[in-house]
Amino acid sequence: MSSENRKYKWVGTRQIRPDGHDKVTGRAKFGSDFSVSGMIHGRVLRSPHAHAIIKSIDTSDAESLNGVKAIITSKDFKDQSPELKAAGEGMINYKDMTRNIMAREKALYDGHAVAAVAATTAEIAEAALELIKVDYEVLPHVIDVDEAMKDGAPILHEDMVPSGITIDGPTNIAKFVEFSLGDTKKGFEEADIIIERSYKTEAVHQGYIEPHAVVASVTEDGQAQIWCCTQGQFQVRAFVAQLLGMPTSSIRVTPSEIGGGFGGKTVVYLEPLATLLSKKSGKPVKMIMTREEVFRASGPTSGGSMTYKIGAKKDGKITAVEGSNKLLAGAFSGAPAGPACMCAVAPYDIKNVYINGYDVVVNRPKVAAYRAPGAPISAFGAESIIDEVAKELGIDPLTIRKLNAAKKGTQAAYGPTFREIGYEQTLDIAIEHDHYLSPLGPNQGRGVASGFWFNIGGESSATVNINEDGTAVVISGSPDIGGSRASLALMAAETLGIDYDKVRPIVADTASVGYNFVTGGSRVTFATGLAVVEAAKDAVRQLCERAAKIWEVDAEAVIWDDGHAKPASSNVGDFEPLSLSSLAGQANKTGGPICGHNAQNVQGAGPAFATHICDVEVDPETGNVTILRYTAIQDVGRAIHPSYVEGQIQGGAAQGIGWALNEEYIYNSKGKLDNPGFLDYRIPVASDLPMIDAVIVEVPNDRHPYGVRGVGEVPIVPPMAAVANAIENATGVRMSALPMSPPRLLAALDQANVKEAAE
Amino acid sequence: MVRVLLTDSISKSYTGGVSEFEIFVSNVRQLIRQLDEIYPGLGSEIDNGTLSLSIDGDIYQDAFLEDLQPDSEITFLPKIGGG
Amino acid sequence: MAKHHISMTLNGEPTEFLCSTRQTLLDVLRDELNLTGSKEGCASGDCGACSVMVDDRLVCACLVLGAECDGKTVESIEGMADGENLHPLQQKFLEEAALQCGICTPGVLVAAKALLEKNNNPTETEVRYWLAGNLCRCTGYDKIVRAVMSTAADMRGDSK
Repeated sequence: MSSENRKYKWVGTRQIRPDGHDKVTGRAKFGSDFSVSGMIHGRVLRSPHAHAIIKSIDTSDAESLNGVKAIITSKDFKDQSPELKAAGEGMINYKDMTRNIMAREKALYDGHAVAAVAATTAEIAEAALELIKVDYEVLPHVIDVDEAMKDGAPILHEDMVPSGITIDGPTNIAKFVEFSLGDTKKGFEEADIIIERSYKTEAVHQGYIEPHAVVASVTEDGQAQIWCCTQGQFQVRAFVAQLLGMPTSSIRVTPSEIGGGFGGKTVVYLEPLATLLSKKSGKPVKMIMTREEVFRASGPTSGGSMTYKIGAKKDGKITAVEGSNKLLAGAFSGAPAGPACMCAVAPYDIKNVYINGYDVVVNRPKVAAYRAPGAPISAFGAESIIDEVAKELGIDPLTIRKLNAAKKGTQAAYGPTFREIGYEQTLDIAIEHDHYLSPLGPNQGRGVASGFWFNIGGESSATVNINEDGTAVVISGSPDIGGSRASLALMAAETLGIDYDKVRPIVADTASVGYNFVTGGSRVTFATGLAVVEAAKDAVRQLCERAAKIWEVDAEAVIWDDGHAKPASSNVGDFEPLSLSSLAGQANKTGGPICGHNAQNVQGAGPAFATHICDVEVDPETGNVTILRYTAIQDVGRAIHPSYVEGQIQGGAAQGIGWALNEEYIYNSKGKLDNPGFLDYRIPVASDLPMIDAVIVEVPNDRHPYGVRGVGEVPIVPPMAAVANAIENATGVRMSALPMSPPRLLAALDQANVKEAAE
Repeated sequence: MVRVLLTDSISKSYTGGVSEFEIFVSNVRQLIRQLDEIYPGLGSEIDNGTLSLSIDGDIYQDAFLEDLQPDSEITFLPKIGGG
Repeated sequence: MAKHHISMTLNGEPTEFLCSTRQTLLDVLRDELNLTGSKEGCASGDCGACSVMVDDRLVCACLVLGAECDGKTVESIEGMADGENLHPLQQKFLEEAALQCGICTPGVLVAAKALLEKNNNPTETEVRYWLAGNLCRCTGYDKIVRAVMSTAADMRGDSK
């Protein structure tokens, strides 16, 4: 909690977002709202099988249907090398990517794209899909991560060579990773108690309300324009360029407003298909996923199967942790096993740790990022077992966390030694919070849990143009998912010394601003914010130079203060300060337009920690869990726009509550998804939740001019364990598998009752 | 001497299990070159972006141009993305 | 197949359009009348992003056929502001940051307006159950519920 905010005029204030009016009046253009003249419509044929060899595809009948303009299959995409290339989130395997956007030798999950059609109307395109004959040889499939690792499991990729582990013969294990610190054998010998448990989490979808949508238009000279909803227009450009073998300069991607992403829109599905269909048909092509397609073929994040073992002394000091995280990747490798391992016990100063992780392919859609990818899964295990230790030792669960808390100078199990971090502060606030001290009623329980995320920097470019009337335009390339235009404008206003409403931020297309990495990893306010501040400082430097020219003094003799150029000291001369608008108004005669610019690969992200408190009431008759009260405390570094910081925390917590209580994929015995809609895939609705009290802690990151760490990822890390711990506190029943939905919890309660009766 | 820490996976793949060592370099470019001589391939993984580095607790998306202090501590990490 | 010729009142204006039998009101608004403020999140009545009023009844436009709307009065998000003055709910949503990505916002606003017209003093529970048909994945609903209740208080003339 900082009162330092007051040293700023704009940073830390709650202004109306620049894109707000468009979004409350229906004017804002989201992915599917965009149309162009002469556009035709594309649809995708998807595999009805979880695992099948594609023996042949006959498109001749579909091609002869009136109104059909183009049909594509995997034959229309050149094959790609499996060599990893840097682009997008981590290293990209384009051999996998081209197979994910369009099945090649095999269909690997229910909903896997096998062909796409563009026709004059969507109805004709759909009719054409039914005329495409695909000859499948159906193979045995595997959905569950533990099943996929067993000997004799159906193998998705016969040629897959796992990294980090040697396995004879074909396997579904794509990767094995290990992290260790100290000596766990010694650590367990020192322990007074040792607990070992297994946990399981379901794969869950990001659940953005806006389905994927794109319009692509390729002209006869090979120039492509793509309008789509994405977290990263530059990634879309890179992926389409590679998949279609086009020069990057021939592709211009304009991001629409984006109706939620949470990581799920950092990849491509429709964009390369629409671009190729447009190329082939010579017409602009619009494609929109249905909700069913979103569930069957996009996202989700991994599900996991974990074991955790923990040792502690009687006084609560944790002496050792061992963990294993088996994460399902979907049909292609890429489960966030590394981050899962690295985040699991990162909030704690534990001397002896060994954690490993597996990245395992199964017949499901390939996972995409989802808020702090991997961390919520391993934290469910780690934060549940720490709760058991606390209970076993009779120590308050926040006190045991505080006793073991990581602080400045703690070496994390994944290697680095933390500099200034705010984890302990989140615990101190939680311990004294009115919520934590309030009484509970019958069938009610309270749980706490903590979480960690690295936060990231990455490439950001920004331009700050000073207009002739003294206003400014801030151009960045980071799609605004949750109010980042407002935070960028606040930082620009603060730096320039002009009013917030004189700064207009825009999100530019790939041809109008330098490269920007995706909106993700909690990086935009930190990294793009830093680029905007540096661009504003560049503009300020130019403004000072202009004042120096007018005054005939050295540029170094001019300082910028509160929106004015002023002489650095009385020695410089007696000059009236020149305002930004006055300098902007005479820019033409002092050297021309004033444009600040900055582009860099931003380093120095500051880690984020959170502690959540959750109260539940369990209905013993139905197993239904009601969330009574929820408090989320998080170190954000600095809240540039506190309302949108709170919003990120509240939204992440709500998603975590959905993951904890209801969200799951239901695959039938044939490997077909039985719940591809919001009625049966149940995300939290307004009546499921209480108010979510977001408590902002500000331990500034000294690598950012205003102290920003980042906020969006970590709020989804603690909720699953917080809810499970609260249920245990209410009922005495420890739920070790998600979701803790009414039928599952009721079964567990019944089992506990039977056991109790028998004793 | 700069202290280098490797995760288990990385040390198994590149250094035959050596997970901690010291090296005399004053920036990351020298580190990449020297590592490739001692443990072929390890330096390149930093250079091509497969791995990222933390220097004294800060994780770098790309540390190629960073200077190192004589007492710097470096950790090799998998690349971090996010939602 | 011949198209239906439909006349309705849309956001106060007499409006005519042609639609096929299978086109929903949402298709008509978005594709025929170029009003893209109503969003399609599911096309099955589960998400509420296409909430509109038809003859003063709150409905999902994806569950109503365009052809059913002959003679009806339809109000969409585009008709919510009065000229250049935002509806108090719209203004409050801006002031209290009750939106993040904004995709659910038009539907939430139309639904919330319908609530306040029926009940000018809803409890938190009433707001939560009324809006239970409008999915929002970004906000956790906290600021939405607060904004609706605070608008209701303003419209009643209560001092906060």
